[in-house]
Amino acid sequence: MDKNLLRQIGIPIMAILIFLLFWEWIVWFNNWPNYKMASPSDLVPAFWKFRWLFLEYGWQTLWRTIAGLMLAVFFGVLIGMIMGFSRTMREGLYPLLVGFNAIPKATVVPVIALMFVGQDNFNTVLMAFMISFFPIAVSVSLGLSTLEPEYRDILRSLGASQFTIFRKIALPKTLPEFFGALKVAVTLAFIGTNLVEIIQPHGKGLGFLFDSGKISADYPLMFAVLIALAFLGIMLYYIVVLLERTFAGWAERSP
Amino acid sequence: MIISNSQIELINVTHAYKTAAGPLPVVNELSLQMAPASFTAVVGPSGCGKSTLTRLIAGLLIPDHGEVRLHGERVTSPRSTVGMAFQNPVLLEWRSILDNVLLPLEIVPNDLNRSAREERAGELLAMVGLSGFEDKKPSELSGGMRQRASLCRAIVHRPEVLILDEPFGALDAFTREDLWQIMHALRTKEKITTVLITHDLRESVFLADQIVVLSDRPATAQHIVVSPLGPDRVVDDLYTPEPTKLLAQLRHQIQIAQGREVA
Repeated sequence: MDKNLLRQIGIPIMAILIFLLFWEWIVWFNNWPNYKMASPSDLVPAFWKFRWLFLEYGWQTLWRTIAGLMLAVFFGVLIGMIMGFSRTMREGLYPLLVGFNAIPKATVVPVIALMFVGQDNFNTVLMAFMISFFPIAVSVSLGLSTLEPEYRDILRSLGASQFTIFRKIALPKTLPEFFGALKVAVTLAFIGTNLVEIIQPHGKGLGFLFDSGKISADYPLMFAVLIALAFLGIMLYYIVVLLERTFAGWAERSP
Repeated sequence: MIISNSQIELINVTHAYKTAAGPLPVVNELSLQMAPASFTAVVGPSGCGKSTLTRLIAGLLIPDHGEVRLHGERVTSPRSTVGMAFQNPVLLEWRSILDNVLLPLEIVPNDLNRSAREERAGELLAMVGLSGFEDKKPSELSGGMRQRASLCRAIVHRPEVLILDEPFGALDAFTREDLWQIMHALRTKEKITTVLITHDLRESVFLADQIVVLSDRPATAQHIVVSPLGPDRVVDDLYTPEPTKLLAQLRHQIQIAQGREVA
């Protein structure tokens, strides 16, 4: 194995191990009971005991988050394009979007649950979408509206159409900003999914498992759910990093 | 219609930008003629409307009054027979140098196949000393090298008119002189009618056949001179008596344009 790859994998794993050791130590040192803080060694039995539930509920959380994220990418890019190309639309839509984004999403959960009674999957995907599309829309619109006029002139002076200019220049040039926003959106989408799962429990997702832990006073289970969520978040984040390297790797400077 | 032997002709061109405070006149009654395969340098005070002039010639702007003619034909929209290069080389960072140079051939209709296109681009890159850098990304090149690639891109589709808007403005003095020599070789070989906007009087005298001094905004042709240098010029020629005299004269004209001296 080459040295660089070893570094890339080895360092994060080392960091995680050190963190877990520190966590174990601080719980042991303060002699905290597990309802105050569970230690990593408490989590292993919790994971093992509920291993099938973790798989089932984890999958529910994961697919609904990804579905919401995909909607956020589609509509975020669309809104971003509209705002990026038209100044009128940008000036009109910005205050609306900012206002919409400023509403705490926890308060929206019951409203949505009333609007679409019983549509658990739909509600959850919708919330994941609503909470995560904003950074994507803003980054795409910013990327497009800050395109230097010379880029446009180079192609326009050759007689290129608006669509050609978008495809050849605006789209690829905006990709690094888009992926930056997508990384933020990934973690936001998980928050959206879990908001619904916890505030409006409907027997699905890791949020529900967290809620059951709370009700049955199984504190290690609650901590285990948090770790499982962190794990899913890291996984999805690195998938985005991989996509970024493939499609916008040119933006990364080699040292 | 009068048939003229000029490639580019500006006839009484007047143009104003619409601003919140009312129209802002930038070009006023400007008339210029450029012969086929000639090189015209345009100098003038800052903000006098030089860049507007390039956009008018490229067909990116249509003048309020008067007309711009290419081959005696009125320009009413952008046309693919024009190539442009700017102070910012605006290379596409995600493409290799070769693919950057090939960009115009993907847009302008032509019957070249992939290998013929690459051959043409490779030839130009060799002329500007970028052989071996075809597969590099723009971020791996120096400023001068990026600008050379940008020049190749501007002429790869064999435009009839080349518009250069201060392409050497951001380079250090030595790189700039190298590029003057390269630019002179390119224009001699490719026989393109070229318009160069510049702030550098030495650059204008070295590269051009005719030098146009624009007045302060709204710009009009204040003074037109012919360069004393022949087709086989080298940068050292600038330090001979005749070009030196011309430089002094141009400098005087710029000061008049700035309103610092009276004619």
